[in-house]
Amino acid sequence: MLSRVGDSTYWMGRYIERAENNARLLDVNVQMLLDFESRRDGTERQFWGPILSTLEDTELFDELHSEFTAAAVLDYVTFEPRNPNSISSCINYARENARAVRDQISSEMWEQINALWLYFRDGSAARDFRANSHEFYDKVTFASQLFQGVTDATMTHGEAWRFVQAGKFIERADSTSRILDLKYHILLPSGEQIGGNVDTSQWTSVLRSCSGMEAYLKIRKGDVTPWGVAEFLVCHDEFPRSIRFCVDRLDEVLHDISSTEEGRFRNEPERLSGLLRSQLDYATIDSIFSHGLHEYLDGIQEKLIELDIAFHRTYCAY
Amino acid sequence: MPSLFHNYDPGDFFDEMFVAPGEVRPHYRMLLQRAEGLSVDDFNRKRQIAERAYLNQGITFTVYNDKQEGTERIFPFDLVPRIIPGDEWRHIERGLKQRLHALNAFLHDIYHEQRIIKEGVIPEEIIRSAKHFRPEFMGFDVPKNIYIHVCGTDLIRDRDGRYLVLEDNARCPSGVSYVLESRMTMKRVFPQLFARYGVRPVDRYAQDLLDVLHHVAPASAAGDPTTVVLTPGIYNSAYFEHSFLARSMGIEIVTGADLVVQNDRVFMKTTKGLKPVHVIYRRIDDDFLDPKVFRPDSLLGVPGLVEAYRKGNVSLANSIGTGVADDKVVYYYVPAMIKFYLGEDAILPNVETFLSAVPSDRKYILQNLENLVVKSANESGGYGMLIGPRATKEEIAHFRGLIEADPRNFIAQPVISLSRSPTWCDGSMQGRHIDLRPFILCGEEVRIIPGGLTRVAMREGSLVVNSSQGGGSKDTWVLDGGSGSC
Repeated sequence: MLSRVGDSTYWMGRYIERAENNARLLDVNVQMLLDFESRRDGTERQFWGPILSTLEDTELFDELHSEFTAAAVLDYVTFEPRNPNSISSCINYARENARAVRDQISSEMWEQINALWLYFRDGSAARDFRANSHEFYDKVTFASQLFQGVTDATMTHGEAWRFVQAGKFIERADSTSRILDLKYHILLPSGEQIGGNVDTSQWTSVLRSCSGMEAYLKIRKGDVTPWGVAEFLVCHDEFPRSIRFCVDRLDEVLHDISSTEEGRFRNEPERLSGLLRSQLDYATIDSIFSHGLHEYLDGIQEKLIELDIAFHRTYCAY
Repeated sequence: MPSLFHNYDPGDFFDEMFVAPGEVRPHYRMLLQRAEGLSVDDFNRKRQIAERAYLNQGITFTVYNDKQEGTERIFPFDLVPRIIPGDEWRHIERGLKQRLHALNAFLHDIYHEQRIIKEGVIPEEIIRSAKHFRPEFMGFDVPKNIYIHVCGTDLIRDRDGRYLVLEDNARCPSGVSYVLESRMTMKRVFPQLFARYGVRPVDRYAQDLLDVLHHVAPASAAGDPTTVVLTPGIYNSAYFEHSFLARSMGIEIVTGADLVVQNDRVFMKTTKGLKPVHVIYRRIDDDFLDPKVFRPDSLLGVPGLVEAYRKGNVSLANSIGTGVADDKVVYYYVPAMIKFYLGEDAILPNVETFLSAVPSDRKYILQNLENLVVKSANESGGYGMLIGPRATKEEIAHFRGLIEADPRNFIAQPVISLSRSPTWCDGSMQGRHIDLRPFILCGEEVRIIPGGLTRVAMREGSLVVNSSQGGGSKDTWVLDGGSGSC
């Protein structure tokens, strides 16, 4: 497979996943705020700033906006063309990458991604967003999942497919860490206790935004606690959006690409993914919390960035 | 219910479908019958299905305006097909094959002995000054002696319905993907009609093209050549086609940056290291192929590619230097070439042409600018052209200056009243001018897929069919049977 094709399929996988995760992130924030709508005593920045911090986008946002409003943040993360990570930009990039490798992907994949792009371009997306933002974000999430499903069902599971998977899982691991981190940035209304009603309902929103509510309840028997949710989203080995699950799959797919036995490494990305995988395999929630959840998640994000660079150097820009 | 063709006026032109108002040509009779059962609403629904299919599949081309970024547009597609009876097509096919044989013989000659110059058929000056003549390749033997592997020759019909050659595109002709896609669309939109009409299929094209490319592979490929399509990239206006062809042939599409030359061999950069490449179907002009040999500022090409080609380690389709054959001044001499190399008369005549390089012609041209079409020798896409009867005084004066300054670079032709075909415009059937670009492949033998790209000038009265100038397309049906059989 051409290196350029590898690069494009990888980024196609990443961008479509990023579009989905941004939709999830915004939706969870809207949901969280609904829970104490009547008691909001802070500024807009207090409630919407965390989204930008967690996406590391505060600076660009402030450059583009003199005023800080909820609507501006929603627009910035959803539609802003000058934000390279807005949902709309992600869909553009995903389609552009798909266009560059149209000969490698199935027509069904192309049509799915192109339809999503047209949905944004012809104004339907903006209309749906204004009518009902929750349904709109659902729709974006579902379109991305449809794309993943079509990819699995119509694309040869060869090298190019593995690059799509690598992109998808590295992005999803990163996103789950950011969604989880969002909770860290959001302040509780004054007088609320950690573990109290609002706190619990916020953790519930975090779970929902990762489609993890039902799975969590089955395992935890109805007990939504901060450490329970964090443990579930970081360490669970079978839930498909947990960080550990994503890193496990990433490690597998990297080893498949080079036909290296798991547990060994032949190149830098495999070494880094193996390292991160074993760190997650042996992590406990106590050790994570004593380290500090936010710091722990930051560390994971840094390692994923290193991995991305090593991956690119090994396969695409040698 | 009024029929879609009710009140259709063929006008004072050769109309492909109607001899006179209400009098349909025999090979269109079944189409007309089918249309009679169709209301305007039905027809509009079918149009929407077709349009949606194009948009969803991303069958677009990119238009660049001044300063603006390129925008993707779909190629307007008209649902009324252009139908060519079998016997008519056989005539066209014979004429095109003859023409391609002559063009290939000419290119061989021009890059070797130059007999055609020595024997006084074409002036040396014309060749030497041709923009796309590549003296660097004098004496070079191209693989299997094929220069033009893919040719798109534009045909028009005059007022009497005679097929004339308007120009040859011997470098990187584009449009064949629209032929294949529009056929798929029409089959989806009019399934029953297709089954009964006896339309000859076009889907062999990709396989035929791959056969041609394999035919010219270097011996070093040992019967298992790696073949690629070389594209300028996703922002090129024809990128859809490049990727379409690569997909249809099951080969890689590459950009210049994907290729490297080491020891005069071409490789592509893959995730598993470098892999040899043997045949390149390049959709990049000569000028941009190799910054070491041609334009040094080219970012699209591959440094060292030309040397690898010279050494016979990689084959290119089309060969370097074919542009001399589609220079519009050289076009004037094609009937003479056919006579010279094949000893035959041209089956498909040229449009009457005047060369401003010839003093007597030039005088005539300058006196009659308002009645002529003037074209510069090496422009395409409908640019660099003057249509006398439609031009303003300023435009005519401008071209007069251009011709006087550089007579070698211009030709003139009488305004041909191109044939028209009923076309759905603004809610009714109206006559619009059309042309035809068949695609000719030359490998072990010459093959032409039945039909080609019928382009239609969507603007009323317009004679310019290029997509960059608001042109659209129609599906082209070549029938098994002759003109009387339907």
